[in-house]
Amino acid sequence: MNARKKQESAKSEAVHRGVRQDEGMRLASIRPAIEVCDLSFAYPDGHAVLHHINLSIEQGERVAIVGPNGAGKSTLMLHFNGILKGEGTVRVDGMEVAGPNLPRVRALVGMVFQNPDDQLFSPTVFDDVAYGPIYMGLAQDEVQRQVTWALQQVDMEGYASRVSHHLSVGEKKRIAIATVLAMEPSILVLDEPSADLDPRARRTLIQLLKRLPQTLIISSHDLRLVKELCWRTIILDEGRIVADGPTLKLLSDEQLLYAHGLEPV
Amino acid sequence: MSTLDWLYPPLATMSAKEAIATDGFSPAGPVPMHIPDGFLSTPVALLMWIVAVIGVAYALWRVNRELDERQVPLMGVMAAAIFAGQMLNFSVTGGTSGHLVGAALAAIVLGPWAAVLVMTCVVGTQALLFQDGGLLALGANIVNMALVGVAVGYAVYRTVRKLAGDKNWGLFAGGFAAGWLSIVIAALLCALQLAISGTSPANIAVPAMGGIHMLIGIGEGLITAGALAFLYAARRDLLMAGKAQVSVSRGLWMGGLAIAIVLAVLSPLASSHPDGLEWVAEQQGFIEAAREAPYQLIPDYVFPGIPNEAVATIVAGIFGALIVFAVTYLIAAARHRRESLRTR
Amino acid sequence: MHIHPLDAYRFGESPLHRLDARVKLSLVLLFILCVSLTPTGAWPAYVFLFTLVLSVAAASELGLTYALKRSFLVLPFLFAALPLLVTTRGSVLAEVSLGGWSLEVTAPGLERFLSIALKSWLAVQMAVLLTATTPLPDILVAMRALGVPRLLVAILGLMWRYIFVLADEALRKMRAREARSASAGGKGGGTITWRARVAGQMVGSLFLRGYDRSERIYHAMLARGYDGTVRSLPLKPLSSTERVVLGTGIAILFSLLLLTHFLG
Repeated sequence: MNARKKQESAKSEAVHRGVRQDEGMRLASIRPAIEVCDLSFAYPDGHAVLHHINLSIEQGERVAIVGPNGAGKSTLMLHFNGILKGEGTVRVDGMEVAGPNLPRVRALVGMVFQNPDDQLFSPTVFDDVAYGPIYMGLAQDEVQRQVTWALQQVDMEGYASRVSHHLSVGEKKRIAIATVLAMEPSILVLDEPSADLDPRARRTLIQLLKRLPQTLIISSHDLRLVKELCWRTIILDEGRIVADGPTLKLLSDEQLLYAHGLEPV
Repeated sequence: MSTLDWLYPPLATMSAKEAIATDGFSPAGPVPMHIPDGFLSTPVALLMWIVAVIGVAYALWRVNRELDERQVPLMGVMAAAIFAGQMLNFSVTGGTSGHLVGAALAAIVLGPWAAVLVMTCVVGTQALLFQDGGLLALGANIVNMALVGVAVGYAVYRTVRKLAGDKNWGLFAGGFAAGWLSIVIAALLCALQLAISGTSPANIAVPAMGGIHMLIGIGEGLITAGALAFLYAARRDLLMAGKAQVSVSRGLWMGGLAIAIVLAVLSPLASSHPDGLEWVAEQQGFIEAAREAPYQLIPDYVFPGIPNEAVATIVAGIFGALIVFAVTYLIAAARHRRESLRTR
Repeated sequence: MHIHPLDAYRFGESPLHRLDARVKLSLVLLFILCVSLTPTGAWPAYVFLFTLVLSVAAASELGLTYALKRSFLVLPFLFAALPLLVTTRGSVLAEVSLGGWSLEVTAPGLERFLSIALKSWLAVQMAVLLTATTPLPDILVAMRALGVPRLLVAILGLMWRYIFVLADEALRKMRAREARSASAGGKGGGTITWRARVAGQMVGSLFLRGYDRSERIYHAMLARGYDGTVRSLPLKPLSSTERVVLGTGIAILFSLLLLTHFLG
């Protein structure tokens, strides 16, 4: 598979620089992976969560979104694949996230939710990983191949016939990532990937995320993880972007961190 | 007791006594509502399967037609919630423990059609995974708990709400009455099925099942009302969503009331008539069919000279049911008109 | 790996574990139908049916008493059939005086009561063996193969998945209640309405959490392309061995029915 080769070759690259040698990727990188223009969102009860968000994420970037609880991180991420729709525009790979584009957008943007129990809703691991490929309309043998490949990517070969309630949180988390990798997305969006993990499971997860070639957008309270994985950080507070820049610079600004409910690490 | 025993006694060293004694976590426990295999005659079991399939197929059709796509995960999780909720119980009185079947609650919160599917899955899972109720008897258990239980619970709740107007007590009184009556009616139906099968004489089964479940139903009613109170306090909008379905399910509303009334009236008559149902059963060849299987699976359904007495009993039952039904409906309609005049 | 107490499946590599769930489910349903059609008092047939149960139990490698132990679930329900002992007309076996009443236990009454008890017990054992050797996801596939609508199978699948999550939640609530009511002294404590309200609250909050969770699951489904339809991969055809097993099972059950009819 073409995309798979791409991923293999991309592994060795310094991904966070946002520029790749690979020809296909360079063409793609002309358009930002995600572009958000003047996005505002309020829930039906009138409670406003996002105010005039503007941001652009390049292909291959690894970006962290941090901020206190209720800052709007999850809400913002749910706009990246059109589950929520606010005012303003969101573009993924140049496509507006709306109407007829949604199936393609959702194949491009893999969303890993905070609680793997919400993401693993099928009776077996196989059913869960196969869910995306089946809804993409792949043939039976292709679905099978994608499942095997995706489980390999997260080091969970041989787990296909397992049932989710027999898995540890760390295993569930990796399977959750496999469920979206099976759709071969070019962008991965992860909500609190290290929540509830013990140190070893957390370490395994970080190693796994490090070798993924996709554009990564991670929301997290785990600033150590952010420091280790992401070159760029966006601080969100009360629905507004209050800072956007290199991780090392932002995380060393104690005043900024304390002002927005964060602690330096 | 270890966690294992608590969570699901039959899987550990099963002890029915312990399950009953624990004021806490146990499966269906002492509630004799899930009929195991062997207790229904084959014709009764198959007939109930036919009724169940028709009812569930209709509910599937309605759900497919009316509800949006987010109902699929909702129904799945709610079925699990009811299953888990059934494990919570509390002692009512005299050794009986209150515990939830959930048909009325599901009908009130999810609307009747989704509730039929949810309860079917709950009852089916109990039979399939925990042998709580048989597989051949599953049709009957679906009819009792998922179809009749939901229909009766829904109808009673709607009626009380209508009588109460916009007042809050309607929610709790309606929830209690719906929970209680759904249990009692389902139990009566269960007793009638056992009686027609020749397993338990009607004059014993009906008063026994009815009586026990009038007590057990109190628990169901209280939990239903308590759950509604909690939901009303926490998320009023969820209960209001069910309100939108008033006009949609008028047929079921009336049907549920009719079932409730017919069974409530018919069952005591059946049991007071000596050997009433068993007599019918023998006449219809049900018991013979069980003895002379498999060739007389479908016996000739001739009714040679039904004595007027039996006919009179049944006719009286239906007639009485219709009268009660009409009175209830008229009262409800009158209240409704007065309410709407007032709001105007 | 931890085994959830609510999961009836027991791990194993026995021939019964490996047999296709469609074959197992069909045969168990037919077995139970066959038990139901066996006439009252056909003792030899019951013995034969029991040997079938025993051989299936042997093939499961779970131990011969596994299903036996779990089959006593039906015992409480036997109360419903107890009146048969004294209400069936026939030759009197024994007289029991109960309070002021004198009840006559008849031979046909005993025969009918024992038949119901045995039939029920046989059916339960086979069902226990099915669920102990077949993971539920496989049973769901088998149900789909037997014509259960996809939507219903999808709800069952979701339900089964979240039983474990919600049952653990419910268990935690029970513990919390225990912890609180311990100080009140006595079991449960409080009036009936108070206890009912507590139980109602717990059920209500289970529902509420269920609502929120179903919303998140819906998002997770949407994110992977869910469009309101229920889709699944096509079923694999049965292998020839599996067909032979299915055919043999049906033949045995059918000939048993014929035999009991002609001999009984």
